[in-house]
Amino acid sequence: MFHFWAMTTSQSRTLSSPVRVSFDYTRSTGPVLGRYLEGLREGIVLAGRTSDGRVITPPLEFDPGTHAATTDLVRVAESGTVTSWTWCPEPVEGQPLDRPFAWALVTLDGATAPMLHALDVASPSEVHTGQRVRIRWAAERQGLVTDVACFEPVDALADGTWPQPADAVPARDAVAADGPGEPTPVAITPVALDYTYAASPEESSFFRGLAEGRIVGQRCPACNKVYVPPRGACPVDGVPTHDEVELAQTGIVTTFCVVNVPFLGQQIKPPYVSAYILLDGADIALQHLILDIPADEIRMGMRVEAVWKPREEWGTTIENISHFRPTGEPDADYDTYKHHL
Amino acid sequence: MRDVAVVGYAQRQTAQFDGSPTMVEVLVPIFQELYASTGFAKSDIGFWCSGSSDYLAGRSFSFVQSVDAIGALPPVNESHVEMDAAWALYEAWLKIQTGEVDTALVYGFGKASAGTLRRTMSLQLDPLTMTPLWPDTVSIAGLQARLGIDAGLWTERDMAEVAQRSLTDAESNEHAVRKGGSSVEELLARPLYADPLRKHDCSPVTDGAAAIVLAAGDVARRATERPAWITGLTHRIDPLHLGARDLTEAPSVRAAAAGVDLAGVQVAELHAPFSHQELILRRELGLADDVRINPSGGALVSNPLFTGGLNRIGEAARRIWDGSADRALGHATSGPALQQNLLCVMDGSN
Repeated sequence: MFHFWAMTTSQSRTLSSPVRVSFDYTRSTGPVLGRYLEGLREGIVLAGRTSDGRVITPPLEFDPGTHAATTDLVRVAESGTVTSWTWCPEPVEGQPLDRPFAWALVTLDGATAPMLHALDVASPSEVHTGQRVRIRWAAERQGLVTDVACFEPVDALADGTWPQPADAVPARDAVAADGPGEPTPVAITPVALDYTYAASPEESSFFRGLAEGRIVGQRCPACNKVYVPPRGACPVDGVPTHDEVELAQTGIVTTFCVVNVPFLGQQIKPPYVSAYILLDGADIALQHLILDIPADEIRMGMRVEAVWKPREEWGTTIENISHFRPTGEPDADYDTYKHHL
Repeated sequence: MRDVAVVGYAQRQTAQFDGSPTMVEVLVPIFQELYASTGFAKSDIGFWCSGSSDYLAGRSFSFVQSVDAIGALPPVNESHVEMDAAWALYEAWLKIQTGEVDTALVYGFGKASAGTLRRTMSLQLDPLTMTPLWPDTVSIAGLQARLGIDAGLWTERDMAEVAQRSLTDAESNEHAVRKGGSSVEELLARPLYADPLRKHDCSPVTDGAAAIVLAAGDVARRATERPAWITGLTHRIDPLHLGARDLTEAPSVRAAAAGVDLAGVQVAELHAPFSHQELILRRELGLADDVRINPSGGALVSNPLFTGGLNRIGEAARRIWDGSADRALGHATSGPALQQNLLCVMDGSN
């Protein structure tokens, strides 16, 4: 999902707006990582054995030397030794801990290579290379790498307290002789990123114009074409489009589409029409809605005009224009707009 | 093989760009500068190739918007990589080798400041085993730095010496975002940030764009008096899994170096976003002590994502153009902890 807040004016040269882009990736996990993630859900850690005898967790799906699929998984302990660490003074969203913590490379007992995770200590003075640590499991485990909440320091391990490493576990069969093997688990891994999204100076002029009830375009100094919204450089000539042009609020429908299919976030009840509108004086069409007329009466060449929302609802947004509606003037000749299709 | 040279280079860098992440506004003057310096017109460019990322821009198909800067009507021969533009240069070099075109303009751009860069970069990691933990770039570099310190391969003082030299050299680089050396002692007295890293051990968040023009044979000779002929170009990659290799080494750098001739290199521009990574690179490349490293100040003083590597090739080419070197090396890196590496050797004569 892509969420856009309304643009807000600011003191800067350009308008900007916070934007959060997020998506829950649904991933098939495959025979090796699927088994590893199932293990985490069960509270055990599996590692892969490479052709040169290394024991690595999380397991590699393919051997780095022979490139053969990994088939041998072994169980390693949930205790281990810090082989490197660094301090994370300013944690970012999504990291295992929301207070300053150490990242650590930890070689679990039974493994030969380190894994990366957070180590819950209050200050850098409480962590050192060679430190003994153990896994703190998440309260609820769901077959994700975050089932390991973090590592925590441990002074000594009581004999027999910990699972013994090197219990062999086979990888799942992704493919059997007679077709697909066992299904592997699906992991849902959400991703969300925050941005301050800035409009270009030209786009900013366009949005500022809308806040004053004007539709502003720009003219290419080389080919004299008028672009709306303005775009920074003429896509034909590759030169900046500095000359501002205020456009009429009337134009013609060059092409349109009747929306019949409902979708998430839809604002208007289908059927309705989304159209390309060539404003009088512009050389590129603007996309907007055509309302106040039955969808099946809309046609190419129809003359339309902008319908603005009440002024008190205006912001620096194209949504100030509620929609376009027919003017009732005669349709434009096809020849007058065919080169804009 | 066709003789291909770097004949033009232009860049813009800033700590925070107040404008659209499409960077059209920045790319237009860069292209104009290159037309002026090479004498080429837009129609003389046979192939266009860019490097950028939607994750950095926060919008989809951001590279399509940036094509406006070219003026791509009628359509141009164009491609894109979601990598540092040094890899776009590799694609462009291959395109020229095919004989289909004689010239290429390679560009990259990125507005890293639009998001939280060190967090955004978690998305280049394994999506099942690493990204859900959001390990940030600085933390991964900190883990790598300590491994080398613990192993006795380098010291915090060695790292400070890299930073001191870079900050001092940056004083004569108008594009550097961070500049001004002091002394190794003063740098070591500054507080730790991501222990064992201090802030000056980490490249600053940088917005920027850059472009390079490549040309073959006589076309290159027409564009510039002393083309920087590419006599070696190669890249290699290591496994993504941080436990699958010794992080104090960069086997992919060694493997890439085996594919080019580094003997006689006088200047090396190394793409090391963290001070200790320059030490790893120098060791893996086996560069002699008298090789001048990063006269531009390197990536430690400004590291715009998607052009930080291309800039190293451009800066190295400038040493050929101005006659201060007969053989120069440009290096680019990508991925976490020097995972992927590209080497471009350039010569004053072919």
